[in-house]
Amino acid sequence: MPWTAGDDVIEVIRAPKAGPVRGTYRAFGETLRGLKTTFARMVEGPKTFQYPEEKVPVYPRFRGRHKLHRFEDTGLEKCVGCSLCAAACPADCIRVVAAENTPENRVSAGERYAAVYEINLSRCIFCGYCEIACPFDAITMGHDYEMSDYNRSDLIFTKEMLLAEPLDRTPLRNTGE
Amino acid sequence: MIPVAEVGFYESWWVQLLKALVIFAVVFQLVPIVLLAERKALGRFQHRYGPNRVGPFGILQPMADIGKLIFKQQFRPRTSVAWLFLLAPAISMFTAVATMAIIPFSNVVDIFGTEVGLYGIDPDIGILYAFAFGAIAFYGLMLGGWASGSKYSFLGAMRGAAQLISYEVAQGLALVGVIMMAGSLSLTEIVEAQSSLPYVIPQFVGFLIFLVAGFAETNRPPFDLPEADAELVGGYNTEYGGGRFAAYFAAEYLNIIVVSAITATLFLGGWMLPWVDPPTWVDPIVVLAKTLILVWFFFWVRATLPRLRYDQLMSLGWKVFLPLATLNALVTAILVVVT
Repeated sequence: MPWTAGDDVIEVIRAPKAGPVRGTYRAFGETLRGLKTTFARMVEGPKTFQYPEEKVPVYPRFRGRHKLHRFEDTGLEKCVGCSLCAAACPADCIRVVAAENTPENRVSAGERYAAVYEINLSRCIFCGYCEIACPFDAITMGHDYEMSDYNRSDLIFTKEMLLAEPLDRTPLRNTGE
Repeated sequence: MIPVAEVGFYESWWVQLLKALVIFAVVFQLVPIVLLAERKALGRFQHRYGPNRVGPFGILQPMADIGKLIFKQQFRPRTSVAWLFLLAPAISMFTAVATMAIIPFSNVVDIFGTEVGLYGIDPDIGILYAFAFGAIAFYGLMLGGWASGSKYSFLGAMRGAAQLISYEVAQGLALVGVIMMAGSLSLTEIVEAQSSLPYVIPQFVGFLIFLVAGFAETNRPPFDLPEADAELVGGYNTEYGGGRFAAYFAAEYLNIIVVSAITATLFLGGWMLPWVDPPTWVDPIVVLAKTLILVWFFFWVRATLPRLRYDQLMSLGWKVFLPLATLNALVTAILVVVT
């Protein structure tokens, strides 16, 4: 019984098989075209960045290593130890232990301050939820992305490290760049 | 009695020894240069820089690679055939260097009152010597693949065998035209015959076939089927590591230099330059320059063409190049007789 294709069977129409002339052109002409293409790439020159010496500038909204902030006028810490960032953190990498401010030892502008503020950067996924959760803009994401270290425990950043002015290691992309 | 090879010019033994050492040294210095040049050129073809970290402009990269390979553990699979496994890289290396002996860098020149031919040897069989060593070089590949006792190595070696028989016939026939036009097998005489016109113009078809077959002979892309990193995990040299792998690697690059040098000699006129007649001391530089231009062409092709499928390679060799080379030889023979 002969088999007949149904309506849903598509017939593939192929180009005619190359003859001797066309075949020769395909073999040599297309090869030459390929050689021309690669040669043009060589003329264009390298497009790579020589990374450790030459850094790719980041965008202003780039989410790099966190920064804690102080008030510029009084020098008091903005963080009041509310732990909202720790609650918002999906990777659970922030640890906050709050303590009461006293008149003798005034650290933050609020009632309490963060006695311990640690971010475990080996767990952080740089989602920026802590920045959003913070009611006082005390924590923001910086631009630093060079954080590799030899030791896991060195990746736990303490409050002093996060408060310190970060080394200017990463160039910022200018408008239109 | 017929002499085995008639020597056209006699030199004392110390001249021959010195020549051999100088040629060996020069060619071996070329290997790391070509190795680095390939990686740099490939980088440029792909919008990259290539190695530029080790030493100024990365010129110490080949030394670092060789140092790494030499200090690696010498490893041999349990299933391998010991003495063949050790012998195979040495064969590859030996034949590559031995073929270099017939490359003429210049004709007989007068150096401080001593007549010296600037070539290793100039046998009457000339180019047949190169083919003989090309055939032996294949044993290095085949034995290496077989003696490893690994299926991937063996597949690579088998592919190498099939590739070799597909290409060596066409390669030999492509040269018949050149040999007929020059009327000699000796490489120096072939070069002398090109003083007015390099053979690349009258023998263009032969040049193309010889070049493509040269790619196949040196296992370079697009004919790198015996190694085929992707599907054969390295082919015949899968089981080799350390210094033995370095020997294979160096032999591959030596082969590229040798094939380029032979092509430059046979088709591009060796030390002859068209229209100008430079002093004798320029001759070796001219030969090396022509060789390196061809070597660069090898890199260019590697950056451009993907690897051919196995049957495509065979049909190209048997169905296209063999008839074409035969036709080329036939037409050349008629023209040589008529004119």
